Amino acid sequence: MSGKRILMAKTGLDGHWRGPTIVARALRDAGFEVIMIGMARPEEVVQASIDEDVDLVGLNIGGHVDVAVRAVNALNDERPDLPVFCGGVVPPHAKRRLEALGVEVYPPGSQLPDIVGAARRLTGLD
Amino acid sequence: MAGHDAVAALVAEAVGGSRSALARLISTAERGGDDAAALEAALLPCHGESYSVGITGAPGAGKSTLASALTTELQAGGERVALLAVDPSSPLTRGAILGDRVRLQPHLGNPDVFIRSMASRGHLGGLAMATCTARRVLEACGWPLVLIETVGVGQAELDVAGATDTVLVVLNPGWGDEMQANKAGLMEIADIFVINKADRAGLEATRRDLEAAIAANAPARRPAIVETVATEGTGLDALRAAIAAHREQATASGELAQRRRARAVTELRDLARARLELALDGQLAGPAGEALAGAVTRRELDIDSAARRLVADLLNSDSQRGASRGDPEQDTP
Ligand SMILES: Nc1nc2c(ncn2[C@@H]2O[C@H](COP(=O)(O)OP(=O)(O)O)[C@@H](O)[C@H]2O)c(=O)[nH]1
Ligand SMILES: [Mg+2]
Repeated sequence: MSGKRILMAKTGLDGHWRGPTIVARALRDAGFEVIMIGMARPEEVVQASIDEDVDLVGLNIGGHVDVAVRAVNALNDERPDLPVFCGGVVPPHAKRRLEALGVEVYPPGSQLPDIVGAARRLTGLD
Repeated sequence: MAGHDAVAALVAEAVGGSRSALARLISTAERGGDDAAALEAALLPCHGESYSVGITGAPGAGKSTLASALTTELQAGGERVALLAVDPSSPLTRGAILGDRVRLQPHLGNPDVFIRSMASRGHLGGLAMATCTARRVLEACGWPLVLIETVGVGQAELDVAGATDTVLVVLNPGWGDEMQANKAGLMEIADIFVINKADRAGLEATRRDLEAAIAANAPARRPAIVETVATEGTGLDALRAAIAAHREQATASGELAQRRRARAVTELRDLARARLELALDGQLAGPAGEALAGAVTRRELDIDSAARRLVADLLNSDSQRGASRGDPEQDTP
């Protein structure tokens, strides 16, 4: 049992919910409690991450890099020790921008075991 | 583990209005163990009283959608609303997808709505205990109304919803078959039946069936029946009125006080039983248990006398050292 909690949110309108659902299942099977809030604005992601007392936030950014960056900045301000990882369609320049903010990026084609491994590492299980 | 003082400090912060402290205390309640015990002690002197409403029913009945619509309705009246959405976790991996929140999206970011998803982590003493502690945390922090959603399958989940001040049982037109297994349990705990998805065919028949079932059951107080379309927000004013009516009636008749007392007895029994079991396991794993097991296998002592001696030893042992509540894995003897 991990008891570790992960919040998953979409920050972009055209982000497919299917991808996150598959990731969520893999995380659940690995023993995580996954809380899916769907589409959310940066400040909404922050409040949900506080109320749900999660150990990790996963953002599906679906191309909307600016919103994702704002969400990450808001999270870093409010909960500096809360790790964040991103998935979805991420152009290379955006990947660098996000990584500069301390966010791990898993673009389409990333392997589920790698994502689960990252979640374990980021939540301090490994 | 955080320890007694850290928990007390967190309670002070939460009561002072810190939302993240409140959220962390609910995690403490979920984890169980010594910190959850310290939490109960720290909450004792806190004032505040909240009213709880349970929402239960079959998976897919529309409980989360209804909880969201009800929150909107109550919010319109200026009430602050807290919602605990309790989902079963996999008994195998203890993982869970707490998907209810997608239906609660209209309330994202609203400071007057606190939403928390809780997974049943298979605590000793049960899900009910973690939920009750979480409810007391919200109470201490001044949340006047706590909605608790659980799936109406399995006794543990029914117990959670049943341990609230007003219990809503959510059904759909064409109910019956899938509810058969739990029908008796649901009939017993319902204060209000909500026929949700009233936009679907079969509403009249369902209402008749339900009325007949209620009549056959002959409860002391006939539960109200309310029809809703949660996705459209229809019937929510009637539901709010029905909840208010039940609350008023139960308060005036003394039923509410009686119910809360009965709930305290149930909780006390569950918690005491959990503590006894842990203490017993500790005793069995220790030298006294080994000695008794040896004596029984060598046929020097009959099993019943051994069991009596075990119980006597247990009752005589230092209660200070007694077992703590929660996940046995977390408890070091
Ligand atoms: N037609 C109709 N569908 C509804 C209504 N309420 C909920 N639903 C749908 O029923 C499905 C299950 O709802 P959900 O709230 O997740 O059910 P829960 O499992 O009981 O929490 C969702 O697709 C909802 O949109 C309603 O009043 N009418
Ligand atoms: Mg639900």
